[in-house]
Amino acid sequence: MIISFLKSREAILLGALIALILLVESRFSGFAMPRNLAAVFNDTSILIILALGQTLVILTRCIDLSLASNLALTGMVTAMLNAAMPGLPIVALLAVAVALGLIMGAFNGLLVWKLNIPPIVVTLGTLTIYRGIIFLVSGGSWVNSHEMSAAYKALPRAQMLGLPVLSWIAIVVIAGFAIGVNRTALGRAFYAVGGNPGAAVYTGIDVGRTRFSAFVIAGGLAGLCGYLWVSRYAVAYTDVAGGFELDIVAACVIGGISIAGGSGTVLGAVLGALFLGVIKNALPVAGISPFWQMAISGAAIIIAVAFNARKPPSRIILKHAEARS
Amino acid sequence: MTDNNTTPQPVLRLNGITKTFPGVRALSEVDLALYPGEVTALIGENGAGKSTLVKILTGIHQPDAGQIIVDETPTTLADASAATRAGITAIHQETVLFDDLSVAENIYLGHAPRGRFGLLDWARMEEDAREILKRIGAAINPRLPLRDLGIASKHLVAIARALSVQARVVVMDEPTAALSQAEIEELYTLIDRLKAEGKAILFISHKFDEVFRIAERYTVFRDGQMVDAGMISDVTEDQLVEKMVGRAMSAIFPVRHATPGETVLEVRDYSHPTEFADISFDLRRGEILGFYGLVGAGRSEIMQSLFGVTKPSHGEARLNGRALSIRTPADAIAEGIVYVPEDRGKQGAITAMPIFQNVTLPSLSRTSNKGFIRMAQEFDLARHYTERLDLRASALDQTVGNLSGGNQQKVVIAKWLATRPEVIILDEPTKGIDVGSKAAVHDFMAELAAEGLCVIMVSSEIPEILGMSDRVIVMREGRIVSQHPRDGLSPEILVREAAGYGATAQKESAA
Amino acid sequence: MSLAPPTPTHAPPAGRKLPNRLNGRSARVLKSWEVLLAVIAVAIFFANTWASPYFLDPWNLSDATFNFTEKAMIAFAMALLIISGEIDLSVAGIIALASTAMGWAVQYGAGTGELVAIGVGVGAICGAFNGVLVTRFGLPSIVVTIGTMSLFRGISYIVLGDQAFNGYPESFAFFGRGYVFWVISFELVLFAVFALIYALVLHGTNFGRHIYAIGNNPTAATFSGIRVERVKMALFLLTGLMSGIAAVCLTARLGSTRPSIAFGWELEIVTMVVLGGVSILGGAGSILGVVIAALIMGMVTFGLGLLNVPGIVMSIFIGGLLIGVIALPRMVQLLRKGRLT
Repeated sequence: MIISFLKSREAILLGALIALILLVESRFSGFAMPRNLAAVFNDTSILIILALGQTLVILTRCIDLSLASNLALTGMVTAMLNAAMPGLPIVALLAVAVALGLIMGAFNGLLVWKLNIPPIVVTLGTLTIYRGIIFLVSGGSWVNSHEMSAAYKALPRAQMLGLPVLSWIAIVVIAGFAIGVNRTALGRAFYAVGGNPGAAVYTGIDVGRTRFSAFVIAGGLAGLCGYLWVSRYAVAYTDVAGGFELDIVAACVIGGISIAGGSGTVLGAVLGALFLGVIKNALPVAGISPFWQMAISGAAIIIAVAFNARKPPSRIILKHAEARS
Repeated sequence: MTDNNTTPQPVLRLNGITKTFPGVRALSEVDLALYPGEVTALIGENGAGKSTLVKILTGIHQPDAGQIIVDETPTTLADASAATRAGITAIHQETVLFDDLSVAENIYLGHAPRGRFGLLDWARMEEDAREILKRIGAAINPRLPLRDLGIASKHLVAIARALSVQARVVVMDEPTAALSQAEIEELYTLIDRLKAEGKAILFISHKFDEVFRIAERYTVFRDGQMVDAGMISDVTEDQLVEKMVGRAMSAIFPVRHATPGETVLEVRDYSHPTEFADISFDLRRGEILGFYGLVGAGRSEIMQSLFGVTKPSHGEARLNGRALSIRTPADAIAEGIVYVPEDRGKQGAITAMPIFQNVTLPSLSRTSNKGFIRMAQEFDLARHYTERLDLRASALDQTVGNLSGGNQQKVVIAKWLATRPEVIILDEPTKGIDVGSKAAVHDFMAELAAEGLCVIMVSSEIPEILGMSDRVIVMREGRIVSQHPRDGLSPEILVREAAGYGATAQKESAA
Repeated sequence: MSLAPPTPTHAPPAGRKLPNRLNGRSARVLKSWEVLLAVIAVAIFFANTWASPYFLDPWNLSDATFNFTEKAMIAFAMALLIISGEIDLSVAGIIALASTAMGWAVQYGAGTGELVAIGVGVGAICGAFNGVLVTRFGLPSIVVTIGTMSLFRGISYIVLGDQAFNGYPESFAFFGRGYVFWVISFELVLFAVFALIYALVLHGTNFGRHIYAIGNNPTAATFSGIRVERVKMALFLLTGLMSGIAAVCLTARLGSTRPSIAFGWELEIVTMVVLGGVSILGGAGSILGVVIAALIMGMVTFGLGLLNVPGIVMSIFIGGLLIGVIALPRMVQLLRKGRLT
């Protein structure tokens, strides 16, 4: 068990992550302190949650480019609701955020499932549509910190057992995914649908419905992140999280989620997101201009995908060849 | 033919099942009955409708008309899980498995054991998988990812999957195709045990010795219709063949008076790390050289390597005495070696493109001027070869996907003839096509050989091998077992050598 | 996109030749995607004319063409790439890097000729880099080019930070702001010339036929003797080259280089290609469709701009159009099927 983990790509990624942290530590002592690492984790929480949602979608051989727009729209709606009705309990706002996210995910999923439109086309379209709607509902104006209620802004920052609630939410989502993906029928169906859609039908799995579920879950999580993002940064505007959709895909790719579907793990996605998070937080302390971040994460994506590339399996016919493998 | 007083009620009955696909009537008012504790052999040529029947029984396809009756109750099998609930399980011909998942999960996907809170119980799944694999005599670690397994092992996993369901009806679609003789013997023991447990088995096979060894009943399909059914004890092998083919065997194949000329292609010590080893043979002008073996014996892999798709690790090929260095199919085509692949839909035809564009694709340099397409010449070239093959279509700009399987195959063959090759390799040239097209392809092969073309024919169908080849090479597990002239060759020899039977096993099956 | 007619598989009467084509030219044209797009384009044209009196002014219309000319140049190459079954999301990143290289060269006194060579050259090198990663290492292009997108633009950020390059020579401005004749800009001429060249290459040459074959079935294309990797390599190189040319035009037009130049263009260009009827799954599409899609996107942007509708709202329309034109025919099909069975 331990040996097979050591050979896995997650282990290699974990090694790379630790090496990266130690490298930064060598230049700026204190980076590897638990308190600072916890801060990095907290800063990466939203990316982790979104990457996990995207992981499900990619596992089924699809992709969702609309997650950042979904996040921005739900964030704006919760901020405006809060500004208009400061008395509305946060739980209600959370429910609205998740519900709105689910609806947007379901819209993507339905177009993919019922009309059989390629997911990249669907989400390329909804990426612009969802973001355009933000402008329609807000009229292009911002919701600033002073318009938000204290309770609205407090939730992600509130401390619980030494960690901010934002971190705890990420931990709960990770745990939920670890169980849901590995130990439920639907979780395994994501792998089956992406690994071999034709064969999935033979096991009684409905390919379209499974893909729909992946989009809905990813959408719901994006909705949740919409509230978390806007309340954490205490500002909502049309371009919130612009371009973030590609960071989410990048986290998945670095985490070893195969874009061809059917292969990848929860741990991988979390590590992939953390890798990007560590780079983002390390650059300023290591005295490197933050402008390096984009190029570094680009290079990391290329290296990761090259590393995870798998040659198509060669047919094993000779007996001695099978015995050897 | 059967006496109703002594036979129990059938577990499963099909009445008047009809299924049509665009352009093809796959099944037409087919009846079938399966009895508890008995094996019913389903016999028919490729394209007779057997696979469609399996797909209907497993809920993948729904019939257009007819009834499926399970235990006297008319049942609808809406999807695969409905079929499982109705107690029907199947070992499929193509492996419908998942390379990225573990062996255990491949066996239990869709019906995995649940533990607390309804969560999947991995420990029990692996334990149960180990148990089932042991039952069928397969020493495979259930935790391995499937992609690490060879073809035969994957097939055993597929068998284990079918047996992991509590079923009353077990459909076996050519279950022995990729198995060694020892594994086949294990399977026979298993079938006997399933029979003793009262399960009804539908056994689909091309191999008559198998059918006579294990089946109680038979049903013969031809061109989507049920032509006969009865007790195995009432028929002989020759009678079954005649029912299956619809005419006496001697009449099917064109009469050839071949006198092969000089050696054109020499292959020496061709080897590949995982696919084949030590392949040497000669091919002479005007000759049809048959390659026989079980599915997965490495025949297609050798041919694709000769054609430049994969690289051999060592060995050489000579054409007219000149050493070849072929690294891509483009090189092979330039040398005059072409390959008509087995998988027509994936490797042969580009189904979304029109007929004429398919035919001219490798010959575009001849129908163009400095790289610019000349449509009129393209149409002329395409017409010349498709008409020679008697293609049935309404126009040359029809997309290939709209043609029947046989006519698609004619387009693919026309494509390769248009390159004016010297050596043509045909891989399962008549797999899955109707009887009429089959005869047309066979006639055409004979014609080509008579014109001096060298033909290699890879086939898993014994009648075709015996009816068409001048010489036959038998392969097993990536190696050449033997070479025979056609005269004096019998189906028994081919089957024995391809499967690697011991002498005793041969005696038993003959007895 | 046209639905195939039910196919009779009976034999033609003896002695009669197989006809070349099943339907006459007019029947084929009428059913095409391009006609649907053209109808939409004309409708938008009239809607614009009706909505704003300024729309039909020749200089206004001429200005409007800058909305799409640069993107469309890249879209032509991208169309070929997508038909072959690949994609390049790094095109806007290439523009940023090529523009940065030109801006950097200006600091060392490079002249107009050298600037053009540098811009186009950097574009070609970036395209070749993508091509090598995809064809030599067998990596999925969608992921590789998401990576190179960040890498290329990231290098611009490293070089420029929050600064900008200025000081381009006056003669250089011609590529972005020059007019060839009356209201006909240099960029518009370039757009038209490229449209013709790409249409000819895709629809009239063996190379174009190979692209379709590869996109429809790469395995069968390989088995037919097409050197698939070589064709794809050429297409990535071509897409990079066109991005370099677009970078020259855009930089000349703006007169300055910031690392955020052409941000988000990759998705607009892909939208243009897909709206033009190119199948994102590969194997089908035409240059004419892409040209009409470019005109539609340009007109919508311009028309709504005249009405003071902000750009972000136009994107809703474009996004809706992208999904709508694909979804509507399929929905109709679905409803019809539902009624029949």
